Order: sequence, then C-alpha cells, then structure tokens
Amino acid sequence: MGMSIAHILASCMGGIRTSGDLVAWMQMTRKMKIKEAKAYVAEKLEIDLLDLTNEEVMREIREDLGFGNVTSIAGSPKGIRAKKNISDKLGIKIRSVELFKSQFN
Amino acid sequence: MSEKFLTRMGDGERVRMDADEIRNDIREGTADAAKRGGIPELTKKEQERMFEIITDPSRIVSVKPGEEVIVTDDGHTMSFYSGQDGGGVGTPLSRMQAVLTYERACGADTTSMGHSDYSYKPVKPIINFEANDYYNISMSTTAPFFYGAQPNMGLYFQPDGPCPNAAELLPLGKIDEARKTQEDAAEHLTKDLVFVARKLADVGLEGLNFDTSGSAGDADFLAALRAVEQLKAAIPDLPILMGGAGEFIIGMHGEVTYKGKRLAGMYTHDQARIVEEAGADIFGMAVNTVTNKSVQWNLSRATTFLKATTRSCSIPVHANVGMGVCGIPMMEQPPIDSVTRVSKTLVEIGSADGL
Repeated sequence: MGMSIAHILASCMGGIRTSGDLVAWMQMTRKMKIKEAKAYVAEKLEIDLLDLTNEEVMREIREDLGFGNVTSIAGSPKGIRAKKNISDKLGIKIRSVELFKSQFN
Repeated sequence: MSEKFLTRMGDGERVRMDADEIRNDIREGTADAAKRGGIPELTKKEQERMFEIITDPSRIVSVKPGEEVIVTDDGHTMSFYSGQDGGGVGTPLSRMQAVLTYERACGADTTSMGHSDYSYKPVKPIINFEANDYYNISMSTTAPFFYGAQPNMGLYFQPDGPCPNAAELLPLGKIDEARKTQEDAAEHLTKDLVFVARKLADVGLEGLNFDTSGSAGDADFLAALRAVEQLKAAIPDLPILMGGAGEFIIGMHGEVTYKGKRLAGMYTHDQARIVEEAGADIFGMAVNTVTNKSVQWNLSRATTFLKATTRSCSIPVHANVGMGVCGIPMMEQPPIDSVTRVSKTLVEIGSADGL
C-alpha cells in the first residue's frame, strides 16, 4: 500500500483532488497519450496546462461544474452524478453513466 | 576517499556506492536493454540525468509540476483489506470502502476491484456476485473504476484445470503434445476472459484490465490478444488496458502467432504494437527486476525499454511499477526512496504516459 501511495505522491496527477480522473478518461476512451489528453482537458476547462494539477484552481472548477470534490460537500454531485457531468463536459461516453441514464424514463 | 551515495540492490538491500559505480551501473543497464531489444541506448545526457535522480540527497523525489502522469493500478484497493500474500495491510474495510478510500483519501487517478485470486478463471462461477459489487461501487465512484485480474493460463492445466500440464510434458520431450495442450488452454482462457468481461460490461463496466498477460508464456499472451479483439468487436466503447508480464514474451509454446507475427521473444516495444493492433486502449509495460543488480542498473534497463516502447505505438503506455517490476525492488515492502526514484525517472526520461 505504501508503494502505491509513494507513486501517487511522486508522479500522479491527483485524481479527483485535481484533474487526474478527467485526463485518465481521455486515455481510456480516446487512447490519448498523456500530452494530448492533458491538452484536451485543459482546453475543455479553459485553463492552463499547469493548472490541471493545481488544487487551488481545480477545486473551484470541480465544484462549479459538479465534477465531485475530494472533500465531501453535502448536496453536491458525487459518484455517478458527477461522472454524468464529466461525461457531458468532456464529450465522452462513460459506460456506467450510459447505463445510469438508460434507467430513467 | 570518494563520496558514497545511498542506493539499493534489486532485492531492496541498502548499499553505498560511489559516483563511478553508479554511473557504470546506469551505462551497463541501458546497454543490456539495447542489446537484448535491438533498441537505442539512453543518451549520455539522459544517463547523467538519471545519475542526478539516483543521487539526489532527499529521501524521496518527485516529478516537476506539470509533468505528472496518470497512475492506474492492479488491485491496489485490495491491498487495504488483504493480507501479506497480496501485499495487503489488513485493515477491516469492505471492497467499496477500500475503493472510495483509495479514490478520496489517496487521490488516485483511477481505482479498481478484482477477485482475491486476481485471476479471471475463478471469477467465472461467481460472476454475478462480482457484477453486483462492481455495479454498486461504480454508482459511488467518480474516478475511472476498472475491473482487473490476470489471464493466468496456468490455471487451465491439470490438476487445477482441464488440459494436460505443458510443464510436465516438456521435460518428457513431448513437444507437440505440450504445444497442443497450450493451444487448448488458450482457447479456454479466451472464452473465459470474454465471458467475464461481457457480464461486467452489461452492468456498466468502465474499464477492463488484463494484467500480467503472458505470465504462462506466449499462448497466454495470445489468449489475451484474442479476447481484446473479440471484446472490441462486440463492445467497441469498452476501454481495455492490457499489460505484459516481462520484457519479453516467454516462448513456452514457441510458435504461436497473432496477425502473422510470432509472439515468443517479443520485447516490450513489439508487445505494445501488437496490443495496439488487437484494439487495446492502454498498454502496460513490464520489465522484471534483477535482484542481484542495483536499482540504478534495473532502472536504466527499464527506462531504455520504456523509451523505445512509448515511441513504438500510438496508444498510451503505462509502466508497471509494482514489486519487482521496472526497477522497483523485488520485496514485499518496497522502500519509498527507490519507489519515488523509479517513478520520477520513468516519467521524466522514459516518457511514460502513466504508471
């Protein structure tokens, strides 16, 4: 476990602390290399590349766009509802979200 | 007396080496990879940069701001609740609690779940239980949530499986029989990989990980490639990460091919190309750590393979950095001084798209 956490601290984008999950979705759904994936997300969010891992910027963006924050905010979207917002903003298909949407009339 | 730097051996033993010894290990590590793979060595500048990272006086190091990459995992959430055998810390958490803790407390880019055996075959009889857990957890997670396990063709040989054991036939000189039974086992394996993946896909699977493909040799790797191809044909929007088991594919069969290319002996840059050809979205590159060589020797070797691999294909390449892989010492509790040096080097010099 310590090994995983060491990698996260040394090299990871920070997941939902910042934009790591968003960049990961682009690698998974569009086969994008890291630079291309980062550029795509930065353009969609209208921020500088460097701010993709800037908690001070990303925290506010995530809250505003309903992407889910690392700290739990009562009443704000998280989980599947946050993923729906992410899917819409990035213009990608997330399979769990598609299933979720199909369950509504 | 020349200054000595703290470093480690591939088994984790802490050693002190002088600058010449470290530079020499880096030079020999890259030369070894280049010779084996028929790929370029690291440049002198890159070797010197690696020397700086290895000898950095800080206990831990990290990439520069803006150079971070995606960190996927191979069942790390299981390490919260599993025991020593799985590198687990034995905290009493449920699967969902472990996944959410990894996502929210650790800030991981992606999360995952898998069967405790971490092989696909045992998942088949309990697929509905796995699908139910996957579905429930995926409703709560925000970061991409993979289902992962190893193809592990070894489980299809007697006494654990239906096929005569190739490892018993080979020493008897029964080469044809050993090849035939591996071909049969590969067919069983492909069917099971596709079966499990399709059931999970029905409940909204966000990403699938075929981890350590080829652990039982070239037929094992072939089975995973065929499964990727079949799944991509049936479910094109299913993201698949396919990882290798070592720097080259072991030729337990020796003659199996995929799209006309022989798999046995393929090094990582060719593995990446064939994985891309099968349709996978991410390739996981593995280079085994040699325990009686230093961390810098192993890391230099792994970085050389990685650099060639990231340039050989269009899909993202994630370097596998678990215990005993890509320069990480082969031990249960890899020291974080080595782990972070490996992490930084693979990203900054090897141009990893992820770890």
